[in-house]
Amino acid sequence: MVENRPWLTLFTHAVLLLGVAAVAFPLYVTFVASTLRLEEIMSVPMPLVPGDQFLANYSQVLAAGGTTGSKAPVSTMLFNSTVMALAIAIGKITISIIASFAIVYFRFPLRNFFFWMIFITLMLPVEVRIIPTFKVVSDLGMLNTYAGLTVPLIASATATFLFRQFFMTVPDELAEAARVDGAGPMRFFRDVLLPLSKTSIAALFVIQFIYGWNQYLWPLLITSEESMYTAVIGISRMLVGGDAANEWNLIMATAILAMLPPALVVVLMQKWFVKGLVETEK
Amino acid sequence: MEKRVVFRSAWLPYALLAPQIAITIVFFFWPAVQAVWFAFQLQDAFGLHTEFVGLQNFEALFADEHYLGSFRTTAVFSVLVAFSGIAISLLLATMADRVLRGALAYKTLLIWPYAVAPAIAGVLWAFMFAPSIGIVTYVLKGMGVDWNWIIQGDQAMLLVVMASVWKQISYNFLFFLAGLQSIPKSLIEAAAIDGAGPARRFWTIVFPLLSPTTFFLLVVNIVYAFFDTFGVIDATTQGGPAQATQILVYKVYYDGVKAADLGGSSAQSVILMFIVITLTVIQFRFVERKVQY
Repeated sequence: MVENRPWLTLFTHAVLLLGVAAVAFPLYVTFVASTLRLEEIMSVPMPLVPGDQFLANYSQVLAAGGTTGSKAPVSTMLFNSTVMALAIAIGKITISIIASFAIVYFRFPLRNFFFWMIFITLMLPVEVRIIPTFKVVSDLGMLNTYAGLTVPLIASATATFLFRQFFMTVPDELAEAARVDGAGPMRFFRDVLLPLSKTSIAALFVIQFIYGWNQYLWPLLITSEESMYTAVIGISRMLVGGDAANEWNLIMATAILAMLPPALVVVLMQKWFVKGLVETEK
Repeated sequence: MEKRVVFRSAWLPYALLAPQIAITIVFFFWPAVQAVWFAFQLQDAFGLHTEFVGLQNFEALFADEHYLGSFRTTAVFSVLVAFSGIAISLLLATMADRVLRGALAYKTLLIWPYAVAPAIAGVLWAFMFAPSIGIVTYVLKGMGVDWNWIIQGDQAMLLVVMASVWKQISYNFLFFLAGLQSIPKSLIEAAAIDGAGPARRFWTIVFPLLSPTTFFLLVVNIVYAFFDTFGVIDATTQGGPAQATQILVYKVYYDGVKAADLGGSSAQSVILMFIVITLTVIQFRFVERKVQY
């Protein structure tokens, strides 16, 4: 700080505390609602201190889902979300790291053409090609499968760019030394490039895990069986009617469970998360 | 930029690129080409017969009051989301950059909403503002506000804007904080010695130096409002009441999936593709410029 201004410091903390409170309030209300009986929520205004139904509500949704509307157990949904998030994160990292290795360390016909093909995918988010992509997946018989949930989402231009940028900063001397020592390209990739890329891989993993976990439109389209719902889809399927007809206590317990894994990843891997976010720039 | 040292192999680079290119062709290019193809066709109600109709789908769209209305809704929605999101995050980041004590705690407490799925953010806000049982609705009613977003379009818009901004604040915040921390302290100190107060220093030094970050975030936030907020809207208003929150992406989904209007929905997809391409080009021009600094 440049100078000492006690009032300004006080104001700074006041603004930040207000910001933190505004950001945290929805979470707090959600948590409180997830520990109440439905009748307590329905009696306006709902209490703002946690109730005693924590165990009852959470074990209900984990074992058997809601009692009206969707009856899929949330534990299955959490499992599906985990599979989807891990498959997307690991799949994306794997195929992009080898693709950028090919683009940076080899000269071959059509190299630029392939690079532009990957680049253009940035301009085609799922949202603009909803129905044709759905048709392709349906024709391939991949509806309601893990492959259908993940494979169409693992091609990523951003991850390929990130690795390409990183490989460009790796000194040429390393590749030269490897060649002089008689190491082939894959040996160089495994023993030199991969260990150097650890940081980028960790950062990208955090971002892509959250991306995969939070997918909504895609699983909404291709999962119709309850056993394939992800946690995020499960919540929207539990909203069956007007606000008086929903089992808000169970929905809120599910919401907390669905938010917890990605939130933990962000908070515990904060350093990698910030790095990944600022470097992928999208 | 090119590498001087390269490896030689006739087949290896193709094998390495194969998975990515295969997925790109099957799930990106092929559907995109089909979207363009469907956009020029008309299908009967049973999907038995299709005919080539040229630009008819597009003409129908631009004559459709609902579609033009959806354009206006999207414009209002994305401007509100981008500007309020950027303003709030800039304020918080500027403050977080000033504090010495508790900086990490504030940062941690402000960034976690990034992890919340847009659909869940929508559910949380819909619950707090639920017309009959919401806790905030109760307070608003106490203050004499007639709050019911299920009936009133403006309030529905306000709700989806709030939920979308809430989710995006953490992202903007992190970029602004990184931008603020890269501004040399000597500049600020020099201005302070010359007698400039904190407000003056912010507007004449910090804000202009942050403008690349601000511009980048503006584009990212508009893209976010256009596409990623689908979950917020589907989980809360579903485009209603009376299309008051039906943004373009939601209309593509609704017309294509719920109303099964293949041609019309595909024509809308093609228009959206043009919008994304424009936004991406703007963003990359900017990134290139930044690299030259």
